[in-house]
Order: sequence, then C-alpha cells, then structure tokens
Amino acid sequence: MAIYFIGLGLYDEKDITLKGLEIAKKCDLVFAEFYTSLLAGTTIEKIQKLIGKPIKLLNREDVELNFEKIVLKEAKEKDVAFLTAGDPMVATTHNDLRIRAKQMGIESYVVHAPSIYSAISITGLHIYKFGKSATVAYPEKNWFPTSHYDVIRENKERGLHTLLFLDIKAEKGKYMTANEAMEILLQVEDMKKQKVFTLETLVVVLARAGSLNPTLKAGFVKDMLKEDFGKQPHVLIVPGKLHIVEAEYLVEFADAPKEILKWA
Amino acid sequence: MGRREELVAKIKELMLQPERIRNMGIAAHIDHGKTTLSDNLLAGAGMISEELAGKQLVLDFDEQEQARGITINSANVSMVHNYEGREYLINLIDTPGHVDFGGDVTRAMRAIDGAIIVVDAVEGVMPQTETVLRQALREYVKPVLFINKVDRLIKELKLTPQQMQERFVKIITDVNRLIRKFAPEEFKDKWVVSVTDGSVAFGSAYYNWALSVPYMKKTGVSFKDIIDLTNAGDLKTLRKKAPLHVVVLDMVVKHLPNPIEAQKYRIPHLWRGEIESEVGKAMINCDPNGKMVMVVTKIIIDRHAGEVATGRVWSGTVKTGQEVHIISAKRKARIQQVGIYMGPERVNMEAVPAGNIVAVTGLRDAIAGETVAEEPIEPFEALHYTSEPVVTVAIEAKSVKDLPRLIEALRQLAKEDPTLNVKIDEETGQHLLSGMGELHLEVKLYKLKEDWGIDVDVSEPIVVYRESITKVSPIVEGKSPNKHNRFYVVVEPMPDNIYQAIREGEIPEGRPKNSKEVAKKLAELGMNYDIARGIVDVYRGNMFLDNTKGIQYLNEVMDLLIDGFHQAMDEGPLAKEPVMKVIVRLVDAKIHEDNVHRGPAQIYPAIRTAIHCAMMKAGPVLYEPYQKVIINVPYDYMGSVSREMSQRRGQLLDMKQEGEVMTIISKAPVAEMFGFAGAIRGATSGRALWSTEHAGFEKVPNELAVNIIRQIRQRKGLDPTPPTEKDVCPQF
Repeated sequence: MAIYFIGLGLYDEKDITLKGLEIAKKCDLVFAEFYTSLLAGTTIEKIQKLIGKPIKLLNREDVELNFEKIVLKEAKEKDVAFLTAGDPMVATTHNDLRIRAKQMGIESYVVHAPSIYSAISITGLHIYKFGKSATVAYPEKNWFPTSHYDVIRENKERGLHTLLFLDIKAEKGKYMTANEAMEILLQVEDMKKQKVFTLETLVVVLARAGSLNPTLKAGFVKDMLKEDFGKQPHVLIVPGKLHIVEAEYLVEFADAPKEILKWA
Repeated sequence: MGRREELVAKIKELMLQPERIRNMGIAAHIDHGKTTLSDNLLAGAGMISEELAGKQLVLDFDEQEQARGITINSANVSMVHNYEGREYLINLIDTPGHVDFGGDVTRAMRAIDGAIIVVDAVEGVMPQTETVLRQALREYVKPVLFINKVDRLIKELKLTPQQMQERFVKIITDVNRLIRKFAPEEFKDKWVVSVTDGSVAFGSAYYNWALSVPYMKKTGVSFKDIIDLTNAGDLKTLRKKAPLHVVVLDMVVKHLPNPIEAQKYRIPHLWRGEIESEVGKAMINCDPNGKMVMVVTKIIIDRHAGEVATGRVWSGTVKTGQEVHIISAKRKARIQQVGIYMGPERVNMEAVPAGNIVAVTGLRDAIAGETVAEEPIEPFEALHYTSEPVVTVAIEAKSVKDLPRLIEALRQLAKEDPTLNVKIDEETGQHLLSGMGELHLEVKLYKLKEDWGIDVDVSEPIVVYRESITKVSPIVEGKSPNKHNRFYVVVEPMPDNIYQAIREGEIPEGRPKNSKEVAKKLAELGMNYDIARGIVDVYRGNMFLDNTKGIQYLNEVMDLLIDGFHQAMDEGPLAKEPVMKVIVRLVDAKIHEDNVHRGPAQIYPAIRTAIHCAMMKAGPVLYEPYQKVIINVPYDYMGSVSREMSQRRGQLLDMKQEGEVMTIISKAPVAEMFGFAGAIRGATSGRALWSTEHAGFEKVPNELAVNIIRQIRQRKGLDPTPPTEKDVCPQF
C-alpha cells in the first residue's frame, strides 16, 4: 500500500486541495504534524470534521525518531495519509521521511498545496529575485546562530531579496513575531557591525499569509519595530534592489514610504 | 589606643606599601607541624597570646578541624613583623595538608608569592611534601624550608650534633632535588634553599624555638646552647634565646618576594590576557591606581556576614561600594564590606590596595578561582586540581521541611569547594555528593549538620569509576534526529604522556586560547602536528579535535558539538560513568543549510551517539581509582598490616625500616579501602600512623568488570545488562 504526503496549505482547513481532501478521505489512517508550521486559522477538530476521520497527531520525536514504527509500519498494509502544513516537501525534514519509505519498499505520493514560497508573491516582490532563505531562531544556551545575517548580506550583495522564516517552538506554544526577529537581527548587527540590518533597513512583513485578510506592511526597521502585525505566523522579508514595479506595489499595498520610489 | 587598635592602625599603614608586604603560606605533609607553626608565629607576632598558642590552634578555628587535628580550611591572617628596624605586613594563608583537600591547597597557592615548606626532622621528605612543593612551584611560589621537630632528634633519638647535621643535609638535598625538578626553568637554580644564606631554618614549632645561620651569626646563639637548654628542659630561656617567630619571619621577609617583585614574573604565567594592555601592565606593576583585578581563592560562610570571599588583589584598589564584574559567571556585583584578616577575625577597611589578601562580601555569584575585576578582562587561568572526585555518597534530607534548605546548602558547598561535585535532583530529593576521598565527604556532611543544622541520610560511599578505550575506532557516523546533519568521528586512546600533561596543567583544560601553541606542545609529545592543530577543547582528561576542512556552518555548530562532547564524556556508554583518556577526532560533517535544522536538539544527539558508538568499537574498558597508602607501624605489626592490605587487593610498593618503625607503602583500589581506618586500628592496636594519596586510575580486572558495570547500571536505574555495540550504535 502507500503513504500520501498531503499539504494542508497555509491558513485554514480550506486550503487543502480537492485532490488532497479526496485522498485523505479514502485513506485507512491519517497522521499529521504541526511542529514545523502553524495553521493559525483552524483547529485539528475542524480538519477531522472535514475529512471525516480521526487524525493522529505526531510530535517531533515521533516523526524524527519513530516514524518507521508509528507510520511506515502501517503503510506496509494500509493506505496512510500524512498531513503537513504548507507544501509537504518544502519542509526539508519530510524529504528524509520519503527516503525512509522508499528504502522500506513503500510507495509514496506527494499532493501539493499553497506554500509560503508562492504566497510571498503577494508582497509584489518578484519571485525571480529571491535569494537563499533562512530562519531566525530563538537563541539558546551556547547557541546564538547568526548565519541568517550572512545570508541577508550575501543576497543583498547580489541585489536579491531574503525571505526569513521565524522560529517555532510548538511544544512551548511560542511563535516568533516579526518584531522579535527584528530585535534579534539588530543584536547580530551589534556584534558584526557590517551594516546589513540596521534601523534604516527596509523590511516587509507578511502576517497570516493564506488568509483573506493578511497583514502586509513595508517600512524601515525603526518604524516597523513599533507596529503590531496581528496574530502569527509572520514572515520577514529583507528586499534587495527594487524594480520600479516592486516599489510601486509596496507603496500601494504595503504602506511603504514613498521615498523608496526614488531608489528603484 | 588599645593593643588591638594599634595593630589595626599598623596594618592599615603597611598595606599601602607593597614592598613591605609578604603574601605567604605554609605547606607540609600531614602532621609535620604546620598548624603549630602557624599558631606560634601568630602568637609571637602578638596576634594571639603566647599562653594560648600551642594549646589552642587558632587557625583551626573550625571546631571540626580541632577535633580532627588537621587543618581543613584555609584561613587567612595578617601580622606585623619587625625586621632590621622596619615593620612588615605578613599575610599568612594556612593551607590544608591532607591530600583529600588538594583543591584547597592549589587555590591557596594562587594567592601567595612564597611558602614555608615544613619538613619533620624525624620523618624527612614525605610524599605529600613533594605534592605541595610541586603545587607551589607550578604556581610560581618561591619556597623556603623549615625543618621542624628538631627537639625529637635531641631528646628521643639522642643524635649527636654530627648525626643531626647529616640528617639536615639529607633533608635539604632532598628538598633541593625536588625544587630543581619542579621549579620553572628560570628559577631552577635561583630557588634552591641553603643553610648559609638563611633560606633554611630549623627548630621546634611546638617548643617555640628556631635557629638559622644568619641568626646565629647575629646573636651568637649556638646549636650547642640549644642542645643544652633542651636537655636541661629550660624551655623558657630557649624560647627567649631563639624565638621561633623572629627567626622564621626574618627568613620570610628576607627570602620571600614582595608583591611588586613577584607579580612581575607571576602575572605573565598565571594570566592569559594581553600583558601589554593597560590592565596587564597595572598587574605586573602591582599598581594601586590601575583598574582593580582580584582572584578569589576561597569562599567561607560567616554566621554574621554571610558569604565572605577571600582573594589576592593584583592591581587597583578594592573599595566598599565598588561595582565589579565577576568574569566567568558574566555577572555584575557590588562590593559590600572590604577587610583583611587577623587570626580568625576580619577587620573592615574602607579600601584594600593591590598586593594584599582581601576579604570581601557582596560577590554572590563568585566561586573559588573566579576572577573579579572593575572592567571585563580575560580571566585568570583555571586553577589546576591534582585530584578528581573518586567517591560519591547519595544523601537525602531526613525531614521533609529541610528539602529546600538542603538544596541551598549543597549549592553553597559546591561553590565554596570546586573540587566537590554536587548533583542535585529536585524530583527525587536524592542528591549526589562526589569528592576526593571518604574523609573529604565526611567533612562536608559534618558541615551540613553543624553549619546548616540539616540531618541527612547518607548512603554507603560509592566509587566513581572511569570509562575509556583500548584501541582506535573506525570512522563512525552519527546522525541528527532529522537526519540532515551527520558527524563522522574517530576515537583513540590518549597516550599517557599527553594525559599527564593535561593533569599537570601543561595543556590546560577548556578551549585553548592559542591553539597553535597547544598543537606544538602536543607535537612535542608525539602527536602528528597536522592532527594536533585541530584542537578545540580539553575536558576531564579527554580531547576534542576538529580535523575537517572547509565545512560550511561548522563554526556555527561548534559550541554545540563541544557541549555534546562534554555530555558524552560526563556519562560514558558502558555505565554512564565519566570518561577519561579519550581523543575524539571529528573527521567529516554534513550540515543543513538552515540554522533551525541544526539547533541543539539536532546536534547534541548526533555527536553524542557518534562518540559513544565509536567508543563501543574501540575496546571499551572500565578504570577504577587507586590510593597510595603509606603506613608507619612498629615492626611487630608488619604481618597484620600486610594481611590487611592484601585482603584489599593491595600491592606492596616499598618498605623502609628506621629503628623500630617500618614504613610500608602500597597501593589499593579505592573500592576496597572503605572502612580502612577502623580495620587498621584494630589490626595494629592503634599503633599505625597512615595517610593516603590519590594514585591514579587502573583498569578493573576483567573478571570483576562485568559485575561492577551491572551494579552501577542497576544503581542508576538502567537495564543492568552491560550494553553491546548494537545497543549503543544507531540502527540506520
């Protein structure tokens, strides 16, 4: 039998594709994980109701260490659906799960859904011009990663935009806000002093992508720090060199300061 | 002005003149008379009354110390001595002589510039004489020699002056051989002691007299006078003619360096920071106007003042209300009281300048060994500890109401004594206390009861074993849970000479400041230089090397890899006992592009599993701690002693006879030595005098190892079956 990696999309239970929904309904068992991303506009109950089946929720340990025992063992005999937020293979963790299925001789299929990688097009920034993306992580003891700062610098040097994911600590119910991310980046700037992310840097914040009323806001860090972007999830974008249409779009849809028109 | 006020006033004046200060200690083998010497020096200098000295051991102000007759905690005293018409301030730190308290000795050595080495004239140079002398010389502490208990040569052994002289020569030769062996290169010849220049004195601390060649020349008192007076029993005249404190303190003032002299050569060796910097220069010059820097050598709990930190001021001036940085703890604190010691007493001052030994309150986050400074600076090099915890007891509060206080008390004990290892388990309430011997732990338990009033249930002592390996492993892969990060390691047994170099502090524990220098040292010790260059960390006698090349993001996970390496070394794969003598080499790594996919939760298990799996493929073994046991006993009891030792898996190392007294030196596993005190007393009708010393670790015999592993695992709540490679190595 087989395992179906089905994307749930970005915001609520209605972001799943019709194809995904039909397959999930037909599967014998349905699993899901939400530690890599957050579906802010729905609940597990609503998804269960839609699919008409109970969903077994897996935490990080279940997925990383015990996926064989919990999920793949079942997939040998039955059709199994594994639901994830966004588009399944975008979260790189899931690549490894598919490899493990293959190595155990289990067929696997991927059903796409909206991903943040396509949703950022709502910012009007050209998708062609995004460079590497990175995550801003909550620092821990002996661990204050700063490579996101280097990614922004490298992208900027080539005129490219940087999409920054914000850390999730699902087990603690912590979802980083764009404001927190800016504070962390300013701290890194303080350490590295390369003028990559300062109070004068232009940033774009997209909150609750996938909903009908996302917050889209562009401005300088010094002003953006004081903004309330509403509920998470948030992403933070540091634009590179702007094309004139990108600038016009940001002014119209994201309240960007008009002076950016002169840069483009 | 009363006598006390007068003294305080003098000290206040002298502490401002570093050339009139001597910071010194007294170090000796157990029972060679160090405490008696300290007390009689104090009495002589007018710090305590003469009648009291000798009867009441003032430095042993812990009641417990008096009961045991050995000095357990270093305390500090300041005294004033007149030499050739000038007054000097002598700061004396009393250092414990029992080997179980080696950590205290080493910390005290940091604070002093010179030391009186006391050797018993009857016993001569003993193993711990060598240990303390080595500790002193390693910290650049200059020695002078006091040969004690000369009265016994006269009265008990009835030696002729000729025989006595031969004995002195032998002791001096032995001491000088050790000085030449352990002194820093530049001082090997300069620091040897000699009778003629007066860096050797001899006498009787107990009967309060001493002689030195310069003193004999100056006063005309001869050795014959001493012999006659001793035989006549005229102690009063004896004490007047050759007063102990005058002779010994003269020697101290003349031959031990003042802080200005000493800091010039000590600072570059004890401090790793930039010598040419402003603060570096201030320390080298002992400048009271520079930025304040001190090193805490001891923390004690005063019933009234609370936590009192004692330390050496290297530069600047310690002032009341001063805001300071506690460097390693990365905290700030405000100094409350500032003072210096007089006997067990602290006298508050407004300020204490560079060159002095100071006592301060308010440094809540400081532990012994910590650097405290006005501005953040490079901390002083970690103090070397020659002993590591080998015995553990589990303790539990008898009464539920003491539960929270017990945790507080244990944290405090650990802070006072970094050689004490405390593992607190708030869930079960059963805490583990590990120390350097049975006695070391007994003392701490006594403190819990006396100082804190907490009654505890104590388990039988448990030996702390070590895990290690016997051969080189193949390359082993460890994967992170998300499988996106992979680390490839090889583990190798550490050669003895490298392990020794770490124990001796020649290769410092921790992350090397200057890895090139350490790599060079490793190469001298026989390691391939290209491999040695990868050194990133030394931990508990193990080493972590990065032998990869050009791996992106490796630097961003290096801190985590080192943490994971520590975890793997704290609890080995066989029985979760500490690991020793293992070299871990990282030879390759694959790392995920994005940092949340390579956080602690991913990296720790990856590197830990890699190291433990590699160890299982490298002939894992269990080591046990050994003690050297030195027993002095009348000839008739020889048989009983040998029997007692052989029952304890003991091995005879050496035997010496002197008159009726046999000295038997053997070694035995710590595991077999519990309850030895009672047993040997019984076997020799209390006639044996004995001491022990840490004697390193040796492989547990195969026939015992499996059983011991089972016992340890059971005790720790693990599956008792000794794990195999399959249990430790990842399945995919």
